[in-house]
This record gives sequence, structure tokens and C-alpha cells, in this order.
Amino acid sequence: MKITLDHVTKRFPNRNKKIREDVIAVNNFTFEIPDGKLIGLLGPSGCGKSTTLNLISGLEMPTAGRIFFGDTDVTNLPAENRGVGLVFQNYALYPHLTVLDNITFPLGNLRGQEKLTKEQMRYKAMEVAKLVQISELMERRPSELSGGQQQRVAIARALVKMPSVLLLDEPLSNLDARLRLQTREELARIQRETGITTVFVTHDQEEAMSISDLIVVMKDGVIHQIGKPQEVYDKPCNLFVAQFLGTPPINVFEGQLRDGHVFVGEDAVLDIESKEKRYVYVGIRPEGFIPDENGPLVCSLSKIEVMGRDTSVVSTHPAFNGPAIRSIIPSEDVTGIGGETVRFRLKPAKVCIFDRGTQATVNFKVR
Amino acid sequence: MKQSKYKGWLYLLPAILFLGIFMVYPLIDVIVYSFEEGYNFVSQTSQGTGLYNYRYVLRDPYFVQALKNTFVIVIITVPVSTGLALLISLALSSIKPLRNLFQTVYFLPYVTNTLAVGLVFMVLFKKTEYSDGMINLLIKLFGGNSVDFIDGPHWAKMLVMCIYTVWIVLPFKILILTSALASVKEDYYRAARVDGTRPSRIFFRITLPMISPMIFYLIITGFIGAFKAYSDEVALFGTDLNSAGMNTMVGYIYDMLYGNSGGYPSFASAAALILFAVVFTITCINLMVSRNNVHY
Ligand SMILES: Nc1ncnc2c1ncn2[C@@H]1O[C@H](COP(=O)(O)OP(=O)(O)OP(=O)(O)O)[C@@H](O)[C@H]1O
Ligand SMILES: [Mg+2]
Repeated sequence: MKITLDHVTKRFPNRNKKIREDVIAVNNFTFEIPDGKLIGLLGPSGCGKSTTLNLISGLEMPTAGRIFFGDTDVTNLPAENRGVGLVFQNYALYPHLTVLDNITFPLGNLRGQEKLTKEQMRYKAMEVAKLVQISELMERRPSELSGGQQQRVAIARALVKMPSVLLLDEPLSNLDARLRLQTREELARIQRETGITTVFVTHDQEEAMSISDLIVVMKDGVIHQIGKPQEVYDKPCNLFVAQFLGTPPINVFEGQLRDGHVFVGEDAVLDIESKEKRYVYVGIRPEGFIPDENGPLVCSLSKIEVMGRDTSVVSTHPAFNGPAIRSIIPSEDVTGIGGETVRFRLKPAKVCIFDRGTQATVNFKVR
Repeated sequence: MKQSKYKGWLYLLPAILFLGIFMVYPLIDVIVYSFEEGYNFVSQTSQGTGLYNYRYVLRDPYFVQALKNTFVIVIITVPVSTGLALLISLALSSIKPLRNLFQTVYFLPYVTNTLAVGLVFMVLFKKTEYSDGMINLLIKLFGGNSVDFIDGPHWAKMLVMCIYTVWIVLPFKILILTSALASVKEDYYRAARVDGTRPSRIFFRITLPMISPMIFYLIITGFIGAFKAYSDEVALFGTDLNSAGMNTMVGYIYDMLYGNSGGYPSFASAAALILFAVVFTITCINLMVSRNNVHY
């Protein structure tokens, strides 16, 4: 089902008497989640991701704005009647019930015509259990499961009533790196197989990028950018989004647009069409550097780290904001780098320019 | 390895000595007394050994009365007080304003002296030449006949006794249950809400199982406490409980030792061991039931 947020705002009263202002957890959100897609809500801690999810689930009511499921206005519908599936950050599995009872719990709430017999519930539970691959664990209690297994039980419990919307609040944050990788693939698979519109909260950009159809990047209750992961990565709308996405992060230099050149410090690194003069930040993705003896960007070399297929060249530059420039270069191109300085040519597609004042992206065309 | 085995016992020694002197030794002594006929404290002599003490106690109409009273009090007050405490705790945890005030009010009886509470109950229930007591005034207001709750029929006295006992044990149970309710994580309720669970189902499938360990704790300690009731009866009906027909088992034991009819340590020991057997059996049954019903 399509979900639409229309100018949704959520304020919390501030308990701190000295600061009278309300906390604005979600500020004027307007976006549409297309039917059957997997959406990643991405942003640093405290930016309002959980609040957004709670607003969609109905556990919190918006201060202003409207929420639609499909064409129905559900703004005033309490959580009980929205019928979404929600997976909590800590799973919230009922510790006194077996896995089977946990999964059938939502089915036991159906009444009247929809009421199911024990057998039917069991059958449905076994079906989703197969989907999330926990069929052998049905008689255990949550305390006897590993973190990853608990998470799958939580997903099964959310899925068993076949909700039209599935919400996941940082479902992978309790897992170790390996399990996280594995379960996020599984999550994407389950979403594809069921086709349920899924909203997925994370503060891990890599996680969001790898499995989402669309990502929503937000900060301090404000949406910064919505788009396909690759699009947002390649064309961030401002400095924050550019810095938030990508590991290693984008390298940001102080620079200037002047006389049809992009200057990083005193190095004219790119030729552009516009002749306008402007103070800017120049962001260069780690993979945007090409070593070149006559390249325009002159850096002092700190060290070279070989990481197998790629090599990370660490260097410094007077106009660089931060401890060290990290560039990722295919290992076969590294020959010839050494000594005091290293010179680079840049891939224009991997360069982003931001206004020094507003930090918004400045579009440019290469000459 | 052998050494560490002894070490463990060595660390336990103070506790074992303490328990031995103050618990095991008296217990054995009581068992011995209970089999010695006509034991005399002063001369430290007895007239023989056997089951005579038990036979006597079990045939003593006062003991039978005490046994009956105790059972009635236990069977009525433990479920009623636990259930009532649960209801009040649920109400307390569902309100926000004035919650602390109410919690304090409900806890007050716990810090009040038993005898003082008894005095209050006298004002409420006792019939004197000058006044019929508050409750009787109320009964009359609604057109009923006044009842003498303190010196009247046995059922009336029992009623007052049960109300009093429930009243006395309620605060502690409310305290335990409100904190048990508060410890159930909010997320479980949120998860249940998202799944559209009815409030009654939330209570019976989530809240109750999650606080069940505490409920069973209260039931077990409640049983034990009610079986050992004595001072509450004294507070209401004075020290001559036998003639009031309101004696309890512990009261009977006390009377046998020090009361008007006192000086019968052998009978007292026999009665004490019967009480012990009863409490022990009930507690075992309780534990067995709870093992099957209390999760995690
Ligand atoms: N019940 C509440 N009362 C007051 N302020 C709240 C409440 N819930 C959340 N907030 C505030 O709203 C903001 C957004 O909170 P939210 O939980 O949505 O963040 P989040 O993006 O989920 O962060 P995290 O990644 O750490 O989980 C925070 O500043 C938080 O302090
Ligand atoms: Mg959160």
C-alpha cells in the first residue's frame, strides 16, 4: 500500500523548564512511499527516525499534518486499527511465550468473521516461519534464541497477519557485523517475496544504501534528500548528505570558483563553463582520484595502505578540512607513487561543489 | 581439589553455627518436648514419652476451633487481599495525576501499628452503651438491624477479622505489585497495541504472566503470614481469644505456654509441630503449582 505523509509535524513538550521550546522531532515531512517498495530512513541519532515510524504505525499522533494509507486518511486512526506490522529495535518478543505462540499472538486478535481456529493459526505461523527460516525453533522461548534468530521471529510476528505495511526500527543494530550483513540480505529477500511496502530505519548508511529502493536522508527532524541510493550518493543536495553517505567519507576541501576553474587552495583542479566567482567547498569522493605525474592537485603523501584489490592513499593538502585525505585507487595504478608528494587528476563525476554559506550543492558543467 | 572442598565448608561455618544454635537446636528441642508427656519447665522432668500430647491437642475443642478459624482466615484473606491489591495496583498504574499521593495513602496502614489500626476498627465496629459504631449506624441508615461485630455472633466477628487482616496486608502487596507492573516494559504493550490486542487479552496474556512470579511470591508469603496470625486477633478481641472463640493456632500455642491456662510446653510443642506440618504442606503445594504456572 502506498503511504503518504502530508506536512506531518510532531512536537514533544520540553521537560526542561529553562528551555521552553518544544522538541520538534519531525518537522513538516511531505513524502510518498510507493507501493511495494523498501524505503530506508537514514540519519544520525536523534533525528526523528523512530518518531516518523511511530507516526506511521499510529503509536504517536502527529501534532499537525495528515497521513494516508493508499487513499484513506488514517491520521486519527489508533495503532490498534491501522494493521501495520512493526518490528521493534529490541524486538519486544514476549519472553513467556514460545516462538510459535509469539508468532500466532497477532492472529489471536482477529475476531468475528476473520477469527481463525488453532489449526489455521498454526498453519499460517508455520508458513511465515518457513519464509524467515525458523521452522525448527517453534517450541523454544525467546531467551533460548540468538540475536539473529530473535530478529527473525520478530519479523515473522509482524508478517503473520500479512500487513500492508511493515515497519522496522533499526532491526539490525543488535547484531554482529557478519550476521548483520546476512540478515539484511534476508530482509531484502523477504520484502521482495512478499511485496509488502516496507519502511526500514537505520543510522548505518551502508545498510540503507545496500538494500533500499529509496532512501530518505534526514537530520534534526528535517528531510534533506529523497531518492534512489545511487542517485543520492552521486548527486547529494548538500554537504551534510554528501558527508553522511559513503565509506570512507567524501574528502572536503576549501575552494573557490574563479575564471572558469575550480580551485582547491591554489590548484586549479577542474575547468568549468561558468565564469562566476564564488567561495565553495569542494567534495571529492575517495574513488574520484586518479594518480597522475602532471595532475593539478598536489598533495603531500602520508602513507599507502594496500587493502587487496584496492589501495588507500593517505595524504594531506593545505586546503583540506580534516586530518587526512583518503583516496581509493585500484592497486594496479599505484605504481610510481612515492616520495614526498603525490599528484592527482580528478574524475569530474566524483566531484561535488557546495556553497560556502548555504552548503547547498552548486551545479557545474565541465569544459 | 580436596582442600577447596573443605574451604567451602569453612566459609559456611559461621552461618551454619548461627543457624544451628538459633534454629536447628530449638527445633529439635520442640520435637523432643512434643513427645514428652507432662514436661515441667521448673523441675525439667517428664512423666514419659509418647503421642499423648498430640492426641490431647487434636481433641482439645479450643485447638479445633483455632484450627478452623485459622483456615477460614487463610482461605478468605489470601485470595481476597491479593486480588484486591492487584486491582488497586492496576488502577494506580493507569492514572497519572496524584499517583504518588494515592500510593502514599495506600501505604500508610503498613507503617501504622497493628494495635492502633485495631483501635480504629473498634470505633468502626464496636457496640458500646453510648454508640453502636459507625458501621452499625450505616446499616441502620439502610434499614438493617444492628449487629454486634466484636462480641456478637461468630460470623460477624470472623467478618471483621477478615476485613482487618486484608486491610493490614494490603499495602505491602500493593507496593510489590505496583513495582512489578512498572517493571513490565512499555514495548510489550506497544507491540500488542500495534497488533490490535484487546485490553483484556493484554492483561491476561501479557501483564499477568509477566508479574506472575510476584503474585506467587505474595500468595506463598500470604499463606504463611495468615497461618501465623495472632497479634491481629489480639488487637481486635483482646487476649482471651479462647472465650471469644476467635483463637488462632499461634494464639493457642501462646496460650498453652504463657496464657491463663499456661504452663504446658508439651502441648504447645505438639500444636506448633502440627502448625509446622500444615504450613509446610501448603507451601509445597504452592511451589508445585507455581512451577507449572510461573514462567521464567
Ligand atoms: N516522548 C518524547 N518526549 C520528548 N522528546 C522526545 C520523545 N521522543 C523523542 N523525543 C525527541 O525527539 C527527537 C527524535 O527522536 P527519535 O527517537 O525519533 O530519534 P531517532 O532518529 O530514532 O534516534 P536514534 O537513532 O538514536 O534511535 C530526539 O531529539 C528526542 O529527544
Ligand atoms: Mg530510534
